[in-house]
Amino acid sequence: MKYKSQKVAYWFFALSMLLLVLQIVYGFIMGFAHMGFDGLHSIIPFNTARAVHINLLVVWLLSGFMGAAYYIIPEEAEIELVNVKLAYIQLITLALVGVTAIVGFHFNIWEGRKFLEIPRQLDWLVVVNVLTFLGIILTTLFKGKKRTTTSLVLTMGLVFAALLYLPGMIWFDNQTMDSFFRWWVVHLWVEGVWELIMGGILAFLLIKITGVDREVIEKWLYVIVGLTFISGILGTGHHYYYIGVGKVWLIVGGIFSALEPLAFLGMALFAIAMYRKGEKKHPNKIALNWTLGTAIVSFVGAGLLGLAHTLPQVNMYTHGTLVTAMHGHLAFWGAYGMIVLAFISYAMPNLTGRKLYDSNRGILAFWLSNIGMLGMTVAFGVAGVAQVYLERKVGIEFGEVQKEIQVHFFILVICATLFTTGISLFIYEFIKYGRPSDEALIVAADTNTTN
Amino acid sequence: MLSKSQARVFFLGGTIVTFAIFLGLSWNSLSREVPKRTHEKNLTAQVIRGKVLWEKNNCMGCHTILGEGAYYAPELTKVFERRGEGYMNAVLTSKIPWQPRGRKMVAYGFSTTDAADLIAFFKWIGEIDLNGFPPKPEFKK
Ligand code: HEM
Ligand code: HEM
Ligand SMILES: [Fe+2]
Repeated sequence: MKYKSQKVAYWFFALSMLLLVLQIVYGFIMGFAHMGFDGLHSIIPFNTARAVHINLLVVWLLSGFMGAAYYIIPEEAEIELVNVKLAYIQLITLALVGVTAIVGFHFNIWEGRKFLEIPRQLDWLVVVNVLTFLGIILTTLFKGKKRTTTSLVLTMGLVFAALLYLPGMIWFDNQTMDSFFRWWVVHLWVEGVWELIMGGILAFLLIKITGVDREVIEKWLYVIVGLTFISGILGTGHHYYYIGVGKVWLIVGGIFSALEPLAFLGMALFAIAMYRKGEKKHPNKIALNWTLGTAIVSFVGAGLLGLAHTLPQVNMYTHGTLVTAMHGHLAFWGAYGMIVLAFISYAMPNLTGRKLYDSNRGILAFWLSNIGMLGMTVAFGVAGVAQVYLERKVGIEFGEVQKEIQVHFFILVICATLFTTGISLFIYEFIKYGRPSDEALIVAADTNTTN
Repeated sequence: MLSKSQARVFFLGGTIVTFAIFLGLSWNSLSREVPKRTHEKNLTAQVIRGKVLWEKNNCMGCHTILGEGAYYAPELTKVFERRGEGYMNAVLTSKIPWQPRGRKMVAYGFSTTDAADLIAFFKWIGEIDLNGFPPKPEFKK
């Protein structure tokens, strides 16, 4: 750590870990409900569990991104954050808004639109919160000594993500219009601007970990985010096949979304190539694992499993089935869950001054969580394909099919337990690191090269 | 080899061009296709009240509609055609959880007017031109 104000990142990471745990709890509630154990139905019905599960996901990822930005921007701009106190206020209000929304979901207070369930009044508080965050980041960047490509791409991703939240706040009488603009948020986030955030963080980590020349890394960063937008913007069309808009989207969406995996392939090749090229052997092996891991798993989960159902001929059958849930899990985990955990693994030794980065527990956390999530993906996938065949090809009643595929949710819950064990180890390590400390500043100054 | 500034041009240029095309196509869809394909003239106040209820109760948290939502309960795009008014009214007004095959729905116990609003909403949804979705099962006896 080179700047005192970077310490605020720690608290965003802590919030992120807390919400991840809660997200998993609600995931189990749904996994059991799918198996037929719905004992909580009268208190936490499925739709409550689901809204909590996916909104906590988004908030823990955003908290992770914000923490990463508060760490990266001072270091890249070579200046302290302009207003640390405001950053802490922003943290606390983020947590409050998040908790209020989650509590509301238990009392039928929401807006039933998948991923955008936070009610309108709270949306406005989210907007204020994010503007505060962006204000701090942008002024710091503006006053800083340097404006690197890495920091610009990261900031651009954050600014666009905020702007794209707005189309999700408009009311439409027409369900087709509603759906059309819901995708401006959901799709253009995960297959657009969030990839800029991921790319920016990944570039920062690669510069630090591999020691490859910044110019080389940042050149490829531009190529990757270029591929992202060129394929991803028009790729939005893969959600417009069957919602009541015209046939042109079958062609445009089909072609461009089929190109989307290129950006993820680029990310994977880029990370591996930089790792090979790098002369520096950074001692933080755990951060290295997560960094290469996120680049590879995102290619599999988002790239390959996205491609598997993105053509209109396939999507006609898989649209809105458990096949989508299969892809959603590995994509979110590989691209965004893992990049946040990669950054935390990298930042913790620098924030706290304790170098616990060769613990076996940390390595085990990496493997268990990934193997668990891969197993969950397979379970969702088998259930999904069986559902598509029985329901959409053979024409068996939805409920009958669900009974046939219950067994796969048993496997899902087993794999989820493995996953949860991995996450628990990760969090155990996180806690063992302890609080960030100013002493880490001095340590960092001595051993600048390993920071 | 590609230089960094060329890479930046690729990024900015590609983004601007594809985004412009995207806006154009969107404009065309929303202004010309949607009114016809969704039969906007049938979008009555009752249908809109139905949509409000649909959102207020987060029905999409268990069901899918137009193929979007959750995978715990049946697709509802064509539910009006499949079940008809009487059945739907019974489900929506039930004061105990509806559970035809063991899986429970929330017991909303809607009033008959609310139920009628929701049914009107489903009827309107069912008439949208969806390019052939949901697919007709091929092997149905
Ligand atoms: C990190 C990137 C990605 C994430 C986090 C992600 C996540 C998701 C999620 C959560 C959904 C369900 C959304 C909803 O119904 O509201 C979804 C749907 C979909 N995704 Fe992705 N995705 C990613 C990348 C991709 C890519 C690169 C492709 C294509 C190559 C793709 C293809 C699709 C398709 C076709 C659907 C629609 C499924 C349906 O019709 O039900 N995704 N994705
Ligand atoms: C213990 C772990 C977990 C379990 C048991 C679990 C289970 C589930 C279940 C049963 C659903 C609902 C499917 C339906 O609508 O029927 C779901 C949705 C979802 N979960 Fe998880 N989950 C877990 C962890 C995670 C993690 C770690 C992530 C992200 C990194 C995640 C991301 C999602 C997403 C994006 C959806 C929405 C998918 C869609 O709409 O297509 N889950 N989860
Ligand atoms: Fe998409």
